[in-house]
Amino acid sequence: MGINISRRSFLKGSLATACATCASQVPLPASAQSSTGEELATLIDIRRCVGCEACVEACRDANYEKHPAPERPFPKMYPNRVKVADWSDEEGREVRDRLTPYNWLTIQWATVDIDGEEVDLSFPRRCMHCQNPPCADLCPWGAARKLKNGITLIHPDICLGGRKCQVVCPWDIPQRQTGVGLYLDILPSLAGNGVMFKCDRCYNRIAEGEPPACIEACPEDVQIIGPRKEIVAEAHRLEKEEGVYIYGETENGGTNTLYVSPVPFETLNQAIDKGPGRPHFDKVEDQMAHADNLATAMAIAPFAGLAAAAARIYKAAKKSRGTTGDAS
Amino acid sequence: MTDRVQSGTIVEVKYFKPVYLFLLFSMGLTGFGQMPIFKRYYIADIPGLGWLADYYATHYIHYLGAVVLFAFFVYAAGVYFGLIRRHFQLSTAAYIRIALLGVIALTGIFRVLKNLPEVVFSPLFTMVIDISHLGFMMLLMFFGIGFMIWKKPWLVKR
Repeated sequence: MGINISRRSFLKGSLATACATCASQVPLPASAQSSTGEELATLIDIRRCVGCEACVEACRDANYEKHPAPERPFPKMYPNRVKVADWSDEEGREVRDRLTPYNWLTIQWATVDIDGEEVDLSFPRRCMHCQNPPCADLCPWGAARKLKNGITLIHPDICLGGRKCQVVCPWDIPQRQTGVGLYLDILPSLAGNGVMFKCDRCYNRIAEGEPPACIEACPEDVQIIGPRKEIVAEAHRLEKEEGVYIYGETENGGTNTLYVSPVPFETLNQAIDKGPGRPHFDKVEDQMAHADNLATAMAIAPFAGLAAAAARIYKAAKKSRGTTGDAS
Repeated sequence: MTDRVQSGTIVEVKYFKPVYLFLLFSMGLTGFGQMPIFKRYYIADIPGLGWLADYYATHYIHYLGAVVLFAFFVYAAGVYFGLIRRHFQLSTAAYIRIALLGVIALTGIFRVLKNLPEVVFSPLFTMVIDISHLGFMMLLMFFGIGFMIWKKPWLVKR
């Protein structure tokens, strides 16, 4: 949670985010500019990553003020099936081998076979920043939101920590910390359980025209950022010219984080540690496709109702005329 | 919508009320299912209600309910203006219900639009429609229960 933002100021927080949204349209450096106002995407070239964790440290430093500072003791939870999620002790804060509320970017390792040679690959994992993010679409409070520049972020002053965003996220990205956030001021024992935290792709740095900290700190230029069309085009160029495989272009309907790998992602997926805080590389169908289809049906429904009503009235009128005719 | 309608010729008056209540109950249930409460409070543990803890399932049913509800609203309005209005008029309680339903439907439409891949609303606007959609639904429930207790029908005789 941001030190300079009071979690009690619900409205203030909302306005701040609205301002941040406007500010997010401030032009980026040429390397990351979108002349068409298109969403920004990142391309992560797995071949370049050496697993030095410079990006992890840069993320932690740049976002230190956004990290949770929970109040103790934690409220007693009812019913007791609701478990405390606490990463705030010294040991928890130092965890780097998975995503936590204090570690929004982690490095995964995979040992794979390339041309008969065993090779260790490493790659940064964090929020994919989906083009149609289920976390933002399904958040009941609007705490998780997507910005026009393609960033999905969770507002710490509004989130109640219900963990719905994590459940609906195909990669289980957001991580909960108990003892922080708005729920403490509402019904701390009965509803909510903290705040969900995840990569916000340094929205505040982007608003100031700076690249995300992980990109800036990388000594190997593993990541690049730019308008999504250009990023997708670059991924396809690498696919065509260098035979890499692409992940993120179509997953979950398309994400603003694309990976290119020297081995198929099925292979990579089999070779990585998966589980809580350790995202997979599975194929992911568009989770919100059902909603898009039914939205079309919703637009047609009133016309169907109108047609049915017109038919009903016509039938009644015909019957009435018939009755009158019979009587005469 | 009301037992006071005597005519058996307008059959809608008999089934409008149960259809409306069923749809409203379904929308309320799946709407509240968008909040993480059914699993926390063991409701989804009741045999047959496990789906209430599946956010995608409740979301799908909520959308499906909205499709049926929109068709139903327009059909009901058409039949009212075309047939029922000759004999009956809407009561004050009906106008209050319709106003609340209108706001719920409008905020719901904006929420559906927001969920389309190409549409991005401002965070503040999104939050306002989210909370007002829930708030007005709770208000409708409050008024609906009140009207039921004090027997305030939708229609009164002209």
